[in-house]
Amino acid sequence: MKPAPFDYRRPGTLAEAVASLAGEPNAKVLAGGQSLVPLLSMRLAAPSLLVDINGISGLDRIEVCEQQGVDGVRVGALARHAAVLASPDVRRVQPLVPMALAHVAHATIRNRGTTVGSLVHADAAAEMPVVLTLLGGHLEVEGPAGRRTIHADDLYIGPLESALSHDEIAVAAFFPALAPGAGVGFEEIARRHGDYALVGAAALVDGDSVKVGYLSVSDVPTVVDLSGVADADLGEAALEKLEPMSDIHATAAYRSQLVRVLTERVVRSVRKAA
Amino acid sequence: MTSKLMGQGVQRVEDQRFLRGQGRYVDDVAVEQDVLHAAVLRSPHAHARVLDIDVSDVLDVEGVHLVYTYEDLTGPMAEPLPLLIPHPALTEGRTQYALAKDEVNYVGEAIAFVVAEDRYIAEDAVSKIRVQYEFLPAVVGVDAARAATDLVHADVPGNIAAKLEQNVGDAVAAIAAAPHKLELELTIERSACTPMEGRGTVARWDRDLNRLQLWTSTQSSTGVRAAVAVKMGLDLGQVDVITPDVGGGFGVKINHPWPEELLVPLAARVLGRTVKFTEDRREHFISSAHERGQVQHIEVGFDDDGRLLGLNVEFWHDHGAYIPYGLIVPIITSTQLLGPYKPQNYRVYFESLYTNTVMVTPYRGAGRPQGCYAMERTMDAIAKYLGKDRAEVRAVNFIQPDEFPFDQGLIFQDGRELEYDSGDYPASLEKIKALVGWDEFPAFKAEMAAEGRRVGIGLACYVEGTGVGPYEGAHVHIETTGKVKVATGLTTQGQGHATVFAQLVADELGVKFEDVEVVTGDTRRMPYAVGTFASRAAVMSGSAIHLAAKRAKEKALKIAGEALEADPADLEIVDGVVSVKGSPGSSIDLGTVSVLSNPLRYAFDEASKAATQFSVGDPGKPPVPEDEEPGLEGRDFYSPERATFASGMHAVIVETDPDTAEITILKYAVVHDCGNLINPMIVEGQIHGGVAQGIGGALYERMAYDESGQLLNASFMDFLMPYVTEVPDGIDIDHLETPSPLNPLGIKGAGEAGVIPSAAVFAAAIEDAEAPYVPGLVITAMPISPSELYALRHSQGLENS
Ligand SMILES: Cc1cc2nc3c(=O)[nH]c(=O)nc-3n(C[C@H](O)[C@H](O)[C@H](O)COP(=O)(O)OP(=O)(O)OC[C@H]3O[C@@H](n4cnc5c(N)ncnc54)[C@H](O)[C@@H]3O)c2cc1C
Repeated sequence: MKPAPFDYRRPGTLAEAVASLAGEPNAKVLAGGQSLVPLLSMRLAAPSLLVDINGISGLDRIEVCEQQGVDGVRVGALARHAAVLASPDVRRVQPLVPMALAHVAHATIRNRGTTVGSLVHADAAAEMPVVLTLLGGHLEVEGPAGRRTIHADDLYIGPLESALSHDEIAVAAFFPALAPGAGVGFEEIARRHGDYALVGAAALVDGDSVKVGYLSVSDVPTVVDLSGVADADLGEAALEKLEPMSDIHATAAYRSQLVRVLTERVVRSVRKAA
Repeated sequence: MTSKLMGQGVQRVEDQRFLRGQGRYVDDVAVEQDVLHAAVLRSPHAHARVLDIDVSDVLDVEGVHLVYTYEDLTGPMAEPLPLLIPHPALTEGRTQYALAKDEVNYVGEAIAFVVAEDRYIAEDAVSKIRVQYEFLPAVVGVDAARAATDLVHADVPGNIAAKLEQNVGDAVAAIAAAPHKLELELTIERSACTPMEGRGTVARWDRDLNRLQLWTSTQSSTGVRAAVAVKMGLDLGQVDVITPDVGGGFGVKINHPWPEELLVPLAARVLGRTVKFTEDRREHFISSAHERGQVQHIEVGFDDDGRLLGLNVEFWHDHGAYIPYGLIVPIITSTQLLGPYKPQNYRVYFESLYTNTVMVTPYRGAGRPQGCYAMERTMDAIAKYLGKDRAEVRAVNFIQPDEFPFDQGLIFQDGRELEYDSGDYPASLEKIKALVGWDEFPAFKAEMAAEGRRVGIGLACYVEGTGVGPYEGAHVHIETTGKVKVATGLTTQGQGHATVFAQLVADELGVKFEDVEVVTGDTRRMPYAVGTFASRAAVMSGSAIHLAAKRAKEKALKIAGEALEADPADLEIVDGVVSVKGSPGSSIDLGTVSVLSNPLRYAFDEASKAATQFSVGDPGKPPVPEDEEPGLEGRDFYSPERATFASGMHAVIVETDPDTAEITILKYAVVHDCGNLINPMIVEGQIHGGVAQGIGGALYERMAYDESGQLLNASFMDFLMPYVTEVPDGIDIDHLETPSPLNPLGIKGAGEAGVIPSAAVFAAAIEDAEAPYVPGLVITAMPISPSELYALRHSQGLENS
């Protein structure tokens, strides 16, 4: 379990990092390494070059700000899961982020892994992509052509596939603030403590609007609008929009049952907190 | 007089070192030197003919020192690996070659071996080897093996390596005549030992001394030594095998020699360099060994009280692609299945079957969990059928305390009669019922039901033959400093041998515990040994060490008697000082006795002057008396007639979620009888670890093979070994101490017990929790996940929650 040979650069500025990626179609960005390094070690990925962004200063910032006319919290590319989880600003502005982060892996992995890295990695079993999608957040991305914004709705293309181009670096993620009067909740069921979920559900309830996002159900994070559905029918209504998968840990039928249970649980938890 | 250490929860001497990161495992050996590293090309296919192996691209890789395929092997190295435990019934035994010859039979089988400057380069080189395969159909699972549409080995008809039947009385007739009969069809899936440290071997050929030094992470250093000597054409005396700290074995490291245990020393000799192989996690999943997979068919006849009248068990044992460890696992299932019960008439028949999967060798419990599962599920079925209390049905079948020794009439795994030496099963049952709250449980269940919660209780009993032969030995040496060095040949993989063996020596010799140092698994210190498996270390080496310490003590008292001009019978040793009982002024310390034991010509310090030729000895006699040896040492061996039988009972209370089918453990209770306890804390640690591993096997782990023989979960991400968060905080333990009459200390083994009843006890408890809500629900396949429990609820179509 040793990686195949690769070149390694650790630029000190974002511009240098972007320049390093240019013209190297098989290069990869290295952030916390918690997903990438296992892939390298198992030789499931064999990039020609790793561009380590950990030497770029300022990328670890977490700030409350306004973007595109929306209040929210901006999480820099080097902000570790643990720092985001511990941030009082994040908790105050958008409590769904720490609610979900508490389910991401174990403490040691959260100390290294970055929230932005997790968003880019685009694992449909991961918590944060669903959170960003449900909240309608976005990624700030820097490439040879400058900076652009990718809205969460356009970010997830397929399993482990995001809309970032190979020469782009995600600089930050933006999670919109929780609107006054709105509520959020997060529930998941995993086989073992800290594992990727068998099914997870994040809910955003704002007045009559009820939206639930699901992880580990489909190939990409999926949000279902359940506005106007009677509480007793929430699970079934969600299932009409979803096609849960089977794998070695759970059958599709069992995942469907978890969708029913968790949809009701998560919406109930939001209502209860309100 | 210092108080006896036997029976005390002495703190483990190993822990300071382990907890401070000062353990020395195989991968830590020779790190600072110019070591070469090995990597192995493993088959990506479960069944294929190997048509061609092209290594030409590897030869150009800078830093590669050696590439071997089967064609490079000669002499005994080119023969199949040993079939370690032959058996008359094992007519079609097949073992693999160190490197595949013509055919591969499981994903992970070694095909080529590369040695390079570092493991990175070695893996790069491995990826450049090109193999041409002709695919053959893969046989995966017991059903496919039995169907025998395809064969694993073309020359083994029916995929059957062995069939074995044993009979006591006439079970078929007894069942036919019984007032009640039941049939059960059970399956249990594969799991594996998965120690934290995988396999690993380091070898150094010393040209000056013309000998091989081998460090390997094994459960049998003497076994590896013998195998390496035979395969490399060396004399035993040219091979030293040293087993440093071992990060867990749980059975998988008793199989030997692994291909790498032969190829590493071969390469070291050819290259004249130190060579190291450290297995990675994926390799451990696909190229070491698994266990547990069986399909069982049980027929039982019984009377109105649930008393067994006849038991007829047939089972099919999946032993994977090869069978180097013989029939040990299915033989143990077939014999230990009987547990604490008297079946009256018993027939057992098994077939051991080839499949294109990783081979099967013993995993902690070694076939007993499967046997316990068969028997205890049968007891539960009888109780349910008769509407009786499950504990009561068990009790009517118990062997009674006055019936020992009790001969079950079968032949056990060691070729000896299955004769239980001692035990008290009714007392264990009383204890476990009290500990888990068996009689109070119905009230608790009703209370929970009122809250909409489903809870269930399960009980399972086992008897475990421990401390099998043939023998172990020990050497006890009292140094001139008074420190005591103890060596025994079996290996240690975390059990705390250095602690318990020191306790025994301190007690017998009368020295301070801190002055005793124990070495295990080093063939330079004790070349005669068997190994650590079958819960045998305490019984076998513990007894041998006790006997060796006794000999050293006898000699010490004799020499001290001469020095003190006293009768040895009047002497005692306390804290390393020999004195005349009742007159402490007349004394000599053991270090001085050691000096005196070795007559010297030369003095090299003040102490040794005392032993030189003008100071000691009767000039009229030889300095070393006839029948004596210089040095204050004792050496002895222990070889029992047969195994000693430990026993125990587990009970668990679980809760099942009505919506998500999640299974939560509310209480886990263990009553355990391993005879006299040397160190209750260590025994409890063994039980905790065993229970944790059992929880893994019952609720989390499995080997997810697809039909083409690919292992889909060969990592800790998908092979769900439980974390500490999945194991209950507290495990309630009570001990019973029924001494064994077979060894001087009255002890029995304790290493495997914790894991034996788990499949049985969880199946029972989950079924009990579900019973009021899904009346037809029967658990016949283990392990069980929430997804499977959910499927079971719905396959009943009877859900009325
Ligand atoms: C045992 C274990 C359990 C885990 N459990 C969970 C879990 O339950 N839930 C969960 O969500 N995650 C889990 N993870 C993954 C963890 O959250 C990772 O931290 C996260 O997926 C990736 O973040 P990273 O910073 O480590 O990214 P890296 O591993 O460094 O990179 C991951 C990928 O994203 C790319 N990338 C990273 N940052 C950027 C960037 N700024 N711009 C462009 N590309 C970038 C990399 O090139 C790579 O392709 C687990 C990991 C482990 C090892």
